[in-house]
Amino acid sequence: MIPPVRPRLTEDGTRWLDAAEAKVKADPGAVLALFPAAGRACGRGPLPETGWTVDLAVRATLLTALPLDGEALGELLFDLYTHGDTAERLGVLAGLDALDGRLGDAGLPIVRDALRTSDTRLIGAALGSYGAARLPAEAYRQAVLKCVFTGVPLDTVRGLDTRADRELARMMADFARERAAAGREVPADIWPVVERHPEVLAELTTELPSLSSGAL
Amino acid sequence: MRIFDPHIHMTSRTTDDYRRMYDAGVRALVEPAFWLGQPRTSPGTFADYFDGLLGWEPYRAAQYGIRHHCAIALNPKEANDPRCRPVLDLLPRYLAKDGVVAVGEVGYDEMTPAEDEVFQAQLALAAEHGLPVLVHTPHRDKAAGTRRTLEVVKDSGLPPERVLVDHLNEMTAGMVADSGCWLGFSVYPDTKMDVHRMIALLRQYGTERILVNSAADWGHSDPLKTRAVGDAMLADGFTEADVEQVLWTNPVTFYGQSGRLDLADDAAPAADYAGNTIKRGVAP
Ligand SMILES: [Zn+2]
Repeated sequence: MIPPVRPRLTEDGTRWLDAAEAKVKADPGAVLALFPAAGRACGRGPLPETGWTVDLAVRATLLTALPLDGEALGELLFDLYTHGDTAERLGVLAGLDALDGRLGDAGLPIVRDALRTSDTRLIGAALGSYGAARLPAEAYRQAVLKCVFTGVPLDTVRGLDTRADRELARMMADFARERAAAGREVPADIWPVVERHPEVLAELTTELPSLSSGAL
Repeated sequence: MRIFDPHIHMTSRTTDDYRRMYDAGVRALVEPAFWLGQPRTSPGTFADYFDGLLGWEPYRAAQYGIRHHCAIALNPKEANDPRCRPVLDLLPRYLAKDGVVAVGEVGYDEMTPAEDEVFQAQLALAAEHGLPVLVHTPHRDKAAGTRRTLEVVKDSGLPPERVLVDHLNEMTAGMVADSGCWLGFSVYPDTKMDVHRMIALLRQYGTERILVNSAADWGHSDPLKTRAVGDAMLADGFTEADVEQVLWTNPVTFYGQSGRLDLADDAAPAADYAGNTIKRGVAP
């Protein structure tokens, strides 16, 4: 889930990450000082073809070294997240998927906080496989709707295969009606969700025939 | 004209300001932590404020094509409230962040013993974290306050080139020039410093160690004053290079001492200058 980052690091970067992992294994609290320094120590360039950056992968990798699980892990991650700048917050969110088995639901407060922000990077990152699998249905639907509303592309959002239910399709269709009534563009991202539920789709396209033509 | 406003409080400004600043040539800025007009009463509200300076505000700025960095500190006015003193304990964690390019605003408001203590403690933190310092000078009794500021800075052992002494005027510029610190001028609509006096000061002290800022905040102020100074410099016979030095290169040089300035155009790997990422910016 976390792309291998070591091949992209310089010698100094590799040494830093090795030492940081060892420190965190010996003393989880050490992560508080190491986490903000990851970008300066290892770089911030892109990891080609992954959509990740070096600092993001280094931070997520560092979290997997934490010798904790359950509530204790959740609390430390929340502390890192809540006192983190945006890059650090993204690092915590990126680490959740790999930690799912050890965390249980203890990482959900982080996902919920990210979804409450207005920063589209955080909103998108909250819907990795961890958030997508563990958010209750109502919260998941609201999160997907918020993505469409704020312009976060749904192709990075996980869980739509299994969780895009009729109610979410209904919410998307209503959103399309609202936009159409306001004379504004309807985001293309609503269609894959609406199309999963032919009766919702049929109702919407009968009502607003002009919408369907371009989109289908 | 490319502008770096080295001191502006964007938290108090609107998106219209961001748009107008971009149109005027502002591409980068530093927002120092300061007083919000309404006193705060607990460290928690400072933590939220600092988080905003590192999260939401850079995000807002980026939507308008402007790079946002910040300086973090307990300001002198609130240093006098014992309930705010635990903010000092929060600082080490914030001073480790990538977006923090200085300690500031520190300095004096009324020159109380509490302000002395907090000022000195924060100069020590700056030395520890390898950060430059933005020092506010008091509105009242400014000459005495500036003199005392320079003594405290000298005693701290920080190299003067790592210190920017701000809100200067004709009374205080000379002593700061003699100290080796950087000279900061806040150009306001009515008070502190105006564009024409600013031109005279640039003529007198040269462009090498002067930074000009708008210090725009929640009070009567104007985020386009940096541009106004640039225009007035050109009208007065300064060269484009002089304007570039005062409005771009000097702030880049001063805050670049942190090694954390990131002025690259995009996320692609960029030229690294002493830890700073300055692709389109001028490596001084
Ligand atoms: Zn200020």
